[in-house]
Amino acid sequence: MKLTLKIWRQKNAEDKGGIVDYPIDGIEPDMSFLEMLDVLNEQLINKGEEPVAFDHDCREGICGMCSLFINGEAHGPDRGVTTCQLHMRMFKDGDTIFIEPFRAKAFPVIKDLVVDRTSFDRIQHAGGFISVNTSGNTIDANTIPINKHDADMAFDAATCIGCGACVATCKNSSAMLFVSAKVSQYALLPQGRIEATDRVLNMVHQMDAEGFGNCTNTGACEVECPKGISLENIARMNREYLSASLKG
Amino acid sequence: MALDSKIPHGPISDKWTDYKDHINLVNPANKRNLDVIVVGTGLAGGSAAATLAELGYNVKAFCFQDSPRRAHSIAAQGGINAAKNYQGDGDSVFRLFYDTVKGGDYRAREANVHRLAEVSANIIDQCVAQGVPLAREYGGLLDNRSFGGTLVSRTFYAKGQTGQQLLLGAYSAMNRQIGRGKIKMYNRHEMLDLVIVDGKARGIIARNLITGEIERHSAHAVVIGSGGYGNVFFLSTNAMGSNATAAWKIHKKGAFFANPCYTQIHPTCIPVSGDHQSKLTLMSESLRNDGRIWVPAKLEDAKAIREGKKKPTDLSEEERDYYLERRYPSFGNLVPRDVASRAAKERCDAGFGVNKTGEAVYLDFAAAIQRYGKEQAYVKGLDANDKNLVIKLGTEVVENKYGNLFQMYLKIVDENPYITPMMIYPAVHYTMGGTWVDYNLMTTIPGCFSIGESNFSDHGANRLGASALMQGLADGYFVLPYTIGDYLSPDIKMGPISTDLPEFVEAEKAVKDQIEKFLNNNGTHSVDHFHKKLGKIMWDKVGMARNAKGLNEAIVEIAALREEFYRDVKVPGKANEFNQELEKATRVADFLELGELFAKDALHRNESCGGHFREEYQSADGEAQRDDENFAYVAAWEYKGKPSDAVLHKEELVFDNIKLVTRSYK
Repeated sequence: MKLTLKIWRQKNAEDKGGIVDYPIDGIEPDMSFLEMLDVLNEQLINKGEEPVAFDHDCREGICGMCSLFINGEAHGPDRGVTTCQLHMRMFKDGDTIFIEPFRAKAFPVIKDLVVDRTSFDRIQHAGGFISVNTSGNTIDANTIPINKHDADMAFDAATCIGCGACVATCKNSSAMLFVSAKVSQYALLPQGRIEATDRVLNMVHQMDAEGFGNCTNTGACEVECPKGISLENIARMNREYLSASLKG
Repeated sequence: MALDSKIPHGPISDKWTDYKDHINLVNPANKRNLDVIVVGTGLAGGSAAATLAELGYNVKAFCFQDSPRRAHSIAAQGGINAAKNYQGDGDSVFRLFYDTVKGGDYRAREANVHRLAEVSANIIDQCVAQGVPLAREYGGLLDNRSFGGTLVSRTFYAKGQTGQQLLLGAYSAMNRQIGRGKIKMYNRHEMLDLVIVDGKARGIIARNLITGEIERHSAHAVVIGSGGYGNVFFLSTNAMGSNATAAWKIHKKGAFFANPCYTQIHPTCIPVSGDHQSKLTLMSESLRNDGRIWVPAKLEDAKAIREGKKKPTDLSEEERDYYLERRYPSFGNLVPRDVASRAAKERCDAGFGVNKTGEAVYLDFAAAIQRYGKEQAYVKGLDANDKNLVIKLGTEVVENKYGNLFQMYLKIVDENPYITPMMIYPAVHYTMGGTWVDYNLMTTIPGCFSIGESNFSDHGANRLGASALMQGLADGYFVLPYTIGDYLSPDIKMGPISTDLPEFVEAEKAVKDQIEKFLNNNGTHSVDHFHKKLGKIMWDKVGMARNAKGLNEAIVEIAALREEFYRDVKVPGKANEFNQELEKATRVADFLELGELFAKDALHRNESCGGHFREEYQSADGEAQRDDENFAYVAAWEYKGKPSDAVLHKEELVFDNIKLVTRSYK
């Protein structure tokens, strides 16, 4: 396949940045999107130019490190996949592809397509855990029976990979889907209930402090989420937040 | 220097308890005067950092990713073993210990493995208390499944994302300590050297990957939990960033490197599709619980399938060779990984491979779909003879169990595995070798510890499924927190260690010099060019089956490639900026040394065992032939300037509790 890539290049956080055109040839449909970028970078290095910086690691759709806004969609045109699992068979010979970083105030650009998502970590530091000592002196696991349905729902929420597609795709750059997934996981489990009030208040407070916008129930986040995290989680978080606020 | 494994005396079942009863403890008020560096934040590093902080030590944790949550432990799919015997099927601490030692082909250290089996049950309790959503039965209790190499159901799991959930559990425990200020987290930082002061590990040199700044960090002890070195093959199931640098740098500073040639080739990976490929994707071994592995029985059918003239579904039962069930009737498709991998290679080498390159076998779920579908029809009172209904119901059950894996396969291969059998082939997965450690998990450098996949101790020559997660968390949550206290107790009055010491200055200079050298080299080829060449030598000559001729060639070729790399590599960009090519260059430089030691280790070991198969040493029916008389030892290599000059030290393995027998799964 022969393609024209229009890629966002930005030297560092201070640089203004802009789109640069890169024609490329010989792309196979079996390649992943990131392997296509590997091919481009190899060519750039051989020509003495700087390769395009992009984040990636596991390349099997689970670590959440890869990002990219492709033709205006987080993780590109396929559904239910991360960029590393997007394959070039989704594109046609002769296509022009726009490749940009995940843009949000709370995700400053580091270089080219790489953004800083540590704001997500800081939200987790504020309450994304259960306060249990890691001593090994906990009670036997089967003394906390959990309804299978609840356990499955908690698991579904817990599968969020923290990639930030929800933020990148939201017109308000809201992190509600991400935060609500963690709040939901613990809200659905008996172990997490005891500190639910503090958790939701602290996490939401930190989310706001990081500069993420508000949710207006547009639902784009759910559509673009590679792991199918459901909007129901946002509803659950709102309930948790309301009840926590009333408790004061 | 003689290797002292420091294994406690006494009966195996009492060793760990007695040891804990007699070690030196650090008073809680004194722990806050002690600093510990943890490199790597996967299951081992993350759980260690969280626990050490919980105990009161000041922890500095480092990871090269943008967040600890990205560590490659997150990709482990199948599960975690624990001797809980919830199923009442005869499991026990001893049986888990026995299976692990046998599975590792009797090349693991008994005392460490027994301790691992002992603490395994605590791990599950700990993770459930942390809110890890492990799979449940309808009664609300935890569910289990079975894995290769065992006859009991002791594997706890969270669909096909067990590693993810366990890692997020450790990450949440870390977050709690980061929030309290007890862990200082350094994301996007890479350790580039170890600093030794008066013979003890006292700090590291790290590069801030965003600014390029070279930083000095001191501590009273350094813990390496940086994972394995499978990426020496370029193509592997490891994450692209997984590297050997931290482990290799401590090796160059005096930590012995043990059994580098013990590398596991995992049987159920998606086959290679072309030259552009950057990594290989694993399909959980748990699929072998329900998937049957086969190739065509006749060569002409295999050829027709390769040419696209026949489909696998065209072949009747009689025209298929379920070779694992045929060769190993008692374990069948659930033989251990090394056995399943070699058997697949043997069939493909004989011409029965089923994809274009002839390097793939089938993993077929049709029988499971039928079986589950009939069961469901019966349970629901529906017609079990309705073919379409049975397939629909059976597919739903399989989807519930392995849905995400099937979807992943569909996305990568573009074929529906519910209808057409999956194609799989072995790929480099897990490294059982690593830095040598004693019973305390301390390397041959005092104060430098190594945990999880980066050490060598628990898996012998082959790792059984669902045991890597177990070891990572055991080391981090329950073993290191005790042993490191014993080491640190004399240091309580020492105070902080200055980073102005000459040892820090010198180590920093060496790191800066190497970086400058790369950037000014002005060669003609990219880092990947050399990494791929190294990977090809490794796979062709040091891969699944090795012989003396190939290994001798590999040693010469890797040394030559290393010289060429330093002469001709091109690294664009600058030192003081975000520079991914520079990151790769420093990592590949280390792989180019490690690869040679790997081949040297494989050459000296004149036997076949576990994940190490020497073609010269096999039985008439192609099974691995171990030589316990001459090779029942750990090969621990001491660095002497070049891999070819490395000196071999032996730790004899003593088996008091398990009798060494030929490993048979027939």
